[in-house]
Amino acid sequence: MRLFREGIRAVKGISGPLLFLENVREAGWGELVSIETDSGSRMGQILRARDDICVVQVFDGTMGLGTENTTVWLERDVMRVGVGDCLRGQILSGRGRPLDGANLSGFEAHLPIGGPPINPARRASPGVALETGISSLDLMNTLARGQNLSIVAGPGLPAADLAIRIARQTTVFDRAGAVEDSEFFLVFAAMGITNREANSFMDAFRDGDDIPANGVFLLNTAGDPVAERLLTPRIALTIAEYFAFAKGYDVLVVMTDMLHYCEALREIGAAWGVPGRGYPDGMYSDLAEIYERAGCIAGRRGSVTQLSIVGMPNDDMTHPVVDLSGYLTEGRIVLDRRLHEKGIFPPVDVLSSLSRPMNGCIGRGRTFDSHGALADQLCAACAKAGDLRRLRPAVDDDRLNDVEKRYLLFGERFEKIFLDQKEKRRTLAESENAAWEALSVLPASELYRLPRALRERRLKG
Amino acid sequence: MTNGTRDRDLSGGRIKGVSGLIVTAEGNFSARMFEAVRLGPLGLAGEVVRIRDGEADIRACEDTTGLRVGEDVLFTGELLGVDLGPGLLGGILDGTGRPLRRPGGDGIHMERGRGASALPEDRTWRFVPSVGDGDAVGPGDVLGTVVEGSRFPHLVLFPPNLAGGKVEWIAPGDRTVRECVCRLEGGTEVALSHRRELRVPRPFGVRLPLNRPLLTGQRVLDTLFPLALGGVAALVGGCGTGKTLMQRSLARCCGADVLVWIGCGERGNEITEILEEFSTLTDPRGIPLMERAVLIANTSDMPAAARETGICLGMTVAEYYRDMGYDVVVTIDSVSRWTEAPGEEGFSVSLDSRLSRWCERAGCVETLGQLPRRGSVTLINAVSPAGGDFSEPATQTARRLSGAFWGLDGDLARARHFPAVNCGISCSLYESALSDALIADAGEAWPELTEYLRSALSRERELSGRGYFAGGGELSGEDKWALYHVETLRVVYLRQDIRNAEDARTPLRRSAALLQLLRALDERVKKAMENGLCYDEIVAVSVREDLMGLRDLSEKNFPGEAEGWLSSFSARLSALEENAKAGSSEPESPMAAR
Repeated sequence: MRLFREGIRAVKGISGPLLFLENVREAGWGELVSIETDSGSRMGQILRARDDICVVQVFDGTMGLGTENTTVWLERDVMRVGVGDCLRGQILSGRGRPLDGANLSGFEAHLPIGGPPINPARRASPGVALETGISSLDLMNTLARGQNLSIVAGPGLPAADLAIRIARQTTVFDRAGAVEDSEFFLVFAAMGITNREANSFMDAFRDGDDIPANGVFLLNTAGDPVAERLLTPRIALTIAEYFAFAKGYDVLVVMTDMLHYCEALREIGAAWGVPGRGYPDGMYSDLAEIYERAGCIAGRRGSVTQLSIVGMPNDDMTHPVVDLSGYLTEGRIVLDRRLHEKGIFPPVDVLSSLSRPMNGCIGRGRTFDSHGALADQLCAACAKAGDLRRLRPAVDDDRLNDVEKRYLLFGERFEKIFLDQKEKRRTLAESENAAWEALSVLPASELYRLPRALRERRLKG
Repeated sequence: MTNGTRDRDLSGGRIKGVSGLIVTAEGNFSARMFEAVRLGPLGLAGEVVRIRDGEADIRACEDTTGLRVGEDVLFTGELLGVDLGPGLLGGILDGTGRPLRRPGGDGIHMERGRGASALPEDRTWRFVPSVGDGDAVGPGDVLGTVVEGSRFPHLVLFPPNLAGGKVEWIAPGDRTVRECVCRLEGGTEVALSHRRELRVPRPFGVRLPLNRPLLTGQRVLDTLFPLALGGVAALVGGCGTGKTLMQRSLARCCGADVLVWIGCGERGNEITEILEEFSTLTDPRGIPLMERAVLIANTSDMPAAARETGICLGMTVAEYYRDMGYDVVVTIDSVSRWTEAPGEEGFSVSLDSRLSRWCERAGCVETLGQLPRRGSVTLINAVSPAGGDFSEPATQTARRLSGAFWGLDGDLARARHFPAVNCGISCSLYESALSDALIADAGEAWPELTEYLRSALSRERELSGRGYFAGGGELSGEDKWALYHVETLRVVYLRQDIRNAEDARTPLRRSAALLQLLRALDERVKKAMENGLCYDEIVAVSVREDLMGLRDLSEKNFPGEAEGWLSSFSARLSALEENAKAGSSEPESPMAAR
């Protein structure tokens, strides 16, 4: 234990958000530094420790910093965040400090924000279905508690509205409707979104005029320092893990927007000359450090469910951020511009969407018996209807046979009856009814993925 | 290779710099390439990856946060290695070989720096010798056995890196992995376990031809793109195409003696699910899968440098069981996360040579020893091309090095057709070498049946789209039926329902019977068309649902039911044929016009 802080005045150079220091003794990689100038203090982190030159990333930006009159103090510790009940209902900056400037007290612990990887042998896989009240999810892409999930949406699509809907109305699925505490503890992390967007999120989360007590809100908006954006999700997840695994809550972490987070990575990587075309090569691992902090722990109450919004520039599914997020997350909800333009809400592209834990949390004893078969049948029918819809401009109607025409009709009914539910929350049973109503236009011989007895019973009435 | 011969004075250095996972050490030491290193007070694991000017660059296999300039570096004198012995099966190790199921820490997260043997060091195993005093033994010879798990015979082999000789002492008894089980004249002691370097392939006698199939229970693979024991398969697919689920099906259903599952840069829950699944499922022999499986977990959020060590670790374990005469299947998910692992700027050997070296460790071999055994390591590599683009280098290299290439298709996956194998781009080079073995299992008709399925699929490629676009030319009734029937083949035969226990795994003989039924159906319909029935009349007799019902029947009931169904179907067509003859002056069915 050192009893003194070491101040270093030898600032050798400054570039972008980076500071180059000389003569640092025993610098520790990843440790925190304070930077004092005439005009106040800033914070940074050691990106490269070396006995000749150390590189420090300044979270507050380097504008106004000079090589003279700047003292850097080594904190000899990594970045930590205080956790405790005092965080409930707080709105924090992207760096975890109360936005109203209040001094919080009563922390139970100060935890390092870069949590080490969760030991896979200690996890319990997500196996309990969630009911979001949204048919296209609950029936066809069932979500699970403890899943990490992304909403992938091009610019202008209502990803935020959908995230808010999910955050506000999701419950743990329970056939008897008797789950206690089925409400989630909400942790919200805004990264680089505009103030307007942040405000609309906060308005939606508010209970009347009050900030809900079962929530913590971190706001790094577009005007805030870029480097701070790298801290925000890590702080949010550290807080989430505390409420989940120390306090036993089911925590939902809503993060938006991962694209802005990756842009921040790119900016800092570029300033430092990290190789990589556009985005730095280490982006996969960096994103993994965030996405992997979700799940359930065997033998413990509580869970962390992640819902992150991933912006999709130019509606391009192969964009690196979208592609890597797809590999790393356990599910994604893809929003479709065509459906949105038709006024359908939520405009979920059910076929491109995916929920990996779905198979393990549906079916007999979990949701309902033939859930898997019904979802398969819907997907198969949607795929066929979609193929025909794309052909249609080039093909005369009289070239289509009766079955094909019925598929086109199914496609329309599916969008109108099943997908388009506007603001209404549907129970799983109501979603099921909507599905059967849409399927009823198809001839029975096409519905061969469903058990015959079930089909005959459902399509009779 | 001998260890620890180094002058101890040359084993220490100090940290000069830390940049992420690359640590530079300086000092008075003599380092070797890929030597194992311990860093700082926690003793973080690392490997030497470059030596120059009295400095060594070390790639850390653990998170280096908090590692400081000036802290100690300990050069161990050994290359990174793993202890091999009983107790590996049923275990889960991280990429550097530490067991993940052990007490300690906060009960949630990984701990850093706690180096530990992969083997349980305090438990004992009942050793039963199979040689006696005075016998001559050498590398590869069986010294005795212990039983691993509930009934897995684990052969205790004379290690490949010791010189053989005459047995002076060997005795039955309960031994820990560190204890000596056999002493040779001259004093050489052989313990129950031995250590192997991860990157050095285990020596064997000779390579054997790859002529035994690895039956996967997946109809599309076993029928069209079979894999040989000792072969290499590339399973390539963009995100969400079902690579992992398919690998899990393969692991669950194939008849391998030992499974090594290497999670490489993938999701943590994926490993957890496999652990849960393997612990609850039993294999066709009724033994919990986990009792003959080893999991290597290097999740995406663990340091990228440990991906390579994890892969080599898995292979080293696989080769160990291969030498006992077992057929070992190694699945890795995914090689892309290894080949693209960052943090090694300037040190990366080329993708091509790394992948080649890795794939060449697969094979079917005759082991060393006076009574050689036959063992194999089959490799199933998952490849995750960025953006789903198969032209990227890792996919192309994997394709070149693999005998079976299984390409997964996004469109099939979106329509929830699993396994989403794209028959147009997949291929297997093992088929001709395997044909005798496949015929022995599936029956004489097998080559004809596979040829039938292939030609049906290629006919579809010719026809698809023509119905709509060919300049005015309607498809004939026969062509329409061909398209209709290919879809039947797809949904009934090529698609498999993972949720249905009976359908999820199909023995080859059963596949042959199902395909036979589908071909008989096709032939019957073609005959009916010759007899004047038109397409619409035939498809009005809806068959797919019946076929799916038949497919899901148990092994015992299938043949009888299938035959019964076929004759009743034939009878229905005959009735229609009678009608058609009666009113043969009528034009085509009115339905077609609508």
